[in-house]
Amino acid sequence: MKATVLVRPKEGILDPQGQAVEQSLRKLGFDVEQARVGRVVDVEVAASNAEEARTKVEEMCKQLLANPLIESFEIEVA
Amino acid sequence: MKAKVAVVQFPGSNDDHDAQWSLQALGADAQLVWHAETELPHATRAVVLPGGFSYGDYLRCGAIARFAPIMDAVTRYAGDGGLVLGTCNGFQILCEAGLLPGVLRQNASLSFICRDVAVRVTRNDTPFTSRCEPGQRLVIPIKHGEGAWFAPRDLVEELDARGQLLLRYEDNPNGAVADVAGVINEAGNVMGLMPHPEHAVDPLLGSGDGALILASLLDAVRERSLAAA
Repeated sequence: MKATVLVRPKEGILDPQGQAVEQSLRKLGFDVEQARVGRVVDVEVAASNAEEARTKVEEMCKQLLANPLIESFEIEVA
Repeated sequence: MKAKVAVVQFPGSNDDHDAQWSLQALGADAQLVWHAETELPHATRAVVLPGGFSYGDYLRCGAIARFAPIMDAVTRYAGDGGLVLGTCNGFQILCEAGLLPGVLRQNASLSFICRDVAVRVTRNDTPFTSRCEPGQRLVIPIKHGEGAWFAPRDLVEELDARGQLLLRYEDNPNGAVADVAGVINEAGNVMGLMPHPEHAVDPLLGSGDGALILASLLDAVRERSLAAA
């Protein structure tokens, strides 16, 4: 099954990359209050149903895909 | 007999030979150990994880290297009280592996920084700083894009209270929380730092201050060997 993981810098964590993007968007004339930059990971996981896929991907996030000190994650199962 | 120190080579390590050279210059028998090995060489007295860009820094710096086969042996070694030092990428790997607290993040400036920095040694009762005076100022180069150490505030306070924030920048170059340049684990046998002591062992190259850290480590190795004998 296909799953998409969205990894984001946790709220309150300084995100210099996001700040640079935010400033660049402002320079282009966009009225931007804030930009934060995260990461998308698409995975195809062997699972018989969506729930099983979600459980497996959640474990992947905890063990590797996100660092819980600084990042939060969301999982979408197609 | 010379103390055997294992310097681990990951794909993308690039300070492995400098680490080996500097340890040998200080009298150790430093051996390069490939990441795919599953055991450290017999009679290893200390392990050094060198700087570089292991696995291209993919995902997060150090995040992939921690799964290298040799890391199981390094984790066991550290768990048994063995001395482990990580510099730069080695520090990042030790944090990702959970052997040291915190995590290294992108520099606040987003720039790769390569220059000498001054750090203060907070304690000298550790195997990595015994040759320093408490509060001593060391000048050691940094060269990193992701060197901003981070931990949540309550953890920083705990670590500070336990004296684990071993090196602190005099003039914070990268946005590290609490000016932290190096930390030690609670047991006192694993240390990581962003500056490169292996690049500062000869005043001819700008500073010899890094030798104080490496020589402290080798002193600890000798003391332990004598105690064991």
